[in-house]
Amino acid sequence: MTLQIADTVSLSPSQAKARAHAAAARDNLRTEPRAVRIAIITLAVLFLTVFVVLPLVVVFAQAFSKGILAYLAALSEPEALAAIRLTLLVALISVGLNLVFGLVAAWAIAKFDFRGKTFLITLIDLPFSVSPVISGLVFVLLFGAQGYFGGWLREHDIQILFAVPGIALATTFVTFPFVARALIPLMHEQGTQEEEAAISLGASGLQTFFRVTLPNIKWGVLYGVLLCNARAMGEFGAVSVVSGHIRGETNTMPLLVEILYNEYQFVAAFAIASLLAMLALITLIAKTVLERHLGEGHASRDH
Amino acid sequence: MTIEVRNLVKKFGSFAALDGVDLKVDNGELLALLGPSGSGKTTLLRIIAGLDWPDSGEVSFNGEDALAQGARERHVGFVFQHYALFRHMTVFENVAFGLRVQPRAVRRDEATIRARVKDLLDLVQLDWLADRYPSQLSGGQRQRIALARALAIEPRILLLDEPFGALDAKVRKELRKWLRSLHHEINVTSIFVTHDQEEALEVANRVVVMDKGRIEQIGSPNEVYESPATAFVHGFIGESIELPVHVADGVVRLGSRPLGLAVDGLASGASRLFVRRHDMQVGPAGSGAFEGAVQHVRNFGPVQRAEVALFGGETIEIDAPRDKELRAGDRIGLEPRRYRIFAGG
Repeated sequence: MTLQIADTVSLSPSQAKARAHAAAARDNLRTEPRAVRIAIITLAVLFLTVFVVLPLVVVFAQAFSKGILAYLAALSEPEALAAIRLTLLVALISVGLNLVFGLVAAWAIAKFDFRGKTFLITLIDLPFSVSPVISGLVFVLLFGAQGYFGGWLREHDIQILFAVPGIALATTFVTFPFVARALIPLMHEQGTQEEEAAISLGASGLQTFFRVTLPNIKWGVLYGVLLCNARAMGEFGAVSVVSGHIRGETNTMPLLVEILYNEYQFVAAFAIASLLAMLALITLIAKTVLERHLGEGHASRDH
Repeated sequence: MTIEVRNLVKKFGSFAALDGVDLKVDNGELLALLGPSGSGKTTLLRIIAGLDWPDSGEVSFNGEDALAQGARERHVGFVFQHYALFRHMTVFENVAFGLRVQPRAVRRDEATIRARVKDLLDLVQLDWLADRYPSQLSGGQRQRIALARALAIEPRILLLDEPFGALDAKVRKELRKWLRSLHHEINVTSIFVTHDQEEALEVANRVVVMDKGRIEQIGSPNEVYESPATAFVHGFIGESIELPVHVADGVVRLGSRPLGLAVDGLASGASRLFVRRHDMQVGPAGSGAFEGAVQHVRNFGPVQRAEVALFGGETIEIDAPRDKELRAGDRIGLEPRRYRIFAGG
């Protein structure tokens, strides 16, 4: 209060100086000494440089080490194109499936109370806690030649392992939690009042879902899809187990990177890797934009 | 539309939210469900709306079984405590929602819908907000939009859950008057839930007082205030002095002091005496049923509120007219003009 009153009175230079000092002292209370600040910031920057920026730079430097023509040539190899196509196809399938599963699971968990709900939440998180290699092995055990359904599948001439269905299944399993995880807290926070209002106004279940629930979570859905897609395209472990590494047929981009690298084809390996790195960068930017939208949704809910 | 509720029971785990509730609501009534939180009033409202289901009991509208229908078929307008406006829709689309989701066979054309929404926005005097989003409105405006949205489907019954609960005192008073006149205008059977006795007594034609999942009393605002049926109602409505007394052989005692109050057919034993604060008449020491010393006095608009330590240990607050001069330290006698004694400790 006294400070505000003083503000209206004009100050002599010496008073102004004293006040500046006081302000500096006040700021000092809230910040560390200069030396500590510099040390901490340097450490953080160094860490980020070594572990994040440097690898990224190396990927692109290696990819373009023989010039842009070699880069483009590496990417237009039939094997590379096949891997890109396969990766896109698998991502499309698994993101599509997980979008539906995730929406349904989040809807059930956030809007209803039922027996075994906690168990379901734990199950959804399972793929996060299991090593991807194990996830892949599960499918080998189920659908492999010696697996539970192996004989039946062979009799009916259905190929799951070492083919697109197996890769899609393994990827779907590994990326299962993303959409559901993005939506459960959001839907939980929004509660069920708007849905109740819609139903009491005469809306059917589907109308309520498409006109009220879905518009309210659309940014959350996009956010989940984005993360799910990034992981689906980048998945290595689970896919490696089920793919069979058939060149030009069942190699996804991450698998191809490894193969090319092991064959000392550095330009080709890093060219494919650069595509994955770019995917990561685009994902990051899109994620930032989406988080801003989600934040806005938050703010408008609060007042 | 008349509503009849018979022997409604609803349990959440071992907690009985409704414990055998019977209620009849006449056509065109404006009824208040009044009670403290946890008394079951909101549960009753939600069951009538079809948003919750009872464990047992019956609900009928105009004699038809309402429990056979879902919330969607009941044509009940429900105004939620926190409004539950659709945050991604404009005010206009919020109000239009109930008309747009009707089955195609009965859905009105766009022009009719627009005209109807405009009428409703005029009715709640907010037509100028049609293009805003709910987050851009004040609490009172949201409340009125929620009401317009509920009225859009031409509900047979209007249910309001704590309609003024989230508003500040001034807006609340304005909206109370407005709701009463609106009800007069549209004359739809309406029930609102409140924990605020002033609100219930001022707005409703009839008040249902609830406690612990049971109905304590049903009556006009005047009846529940002037002749409370139970100790709970007396304590809950109006400001009452409550004293633990003992009844034996037709004599009421506070501690060991006989009060000289009449008891009609009250069983002997521990009882509770209720007196409204303004029903305590102040007299000279030695007169009246009670005697005590004034602790301190505060002046309050038309009355003065005095804290009086009764001889016998209890301290009570009374409201006396301003012309009666009271000072801290005065010894006074008190005579209840009206009182009620309820058996039980």
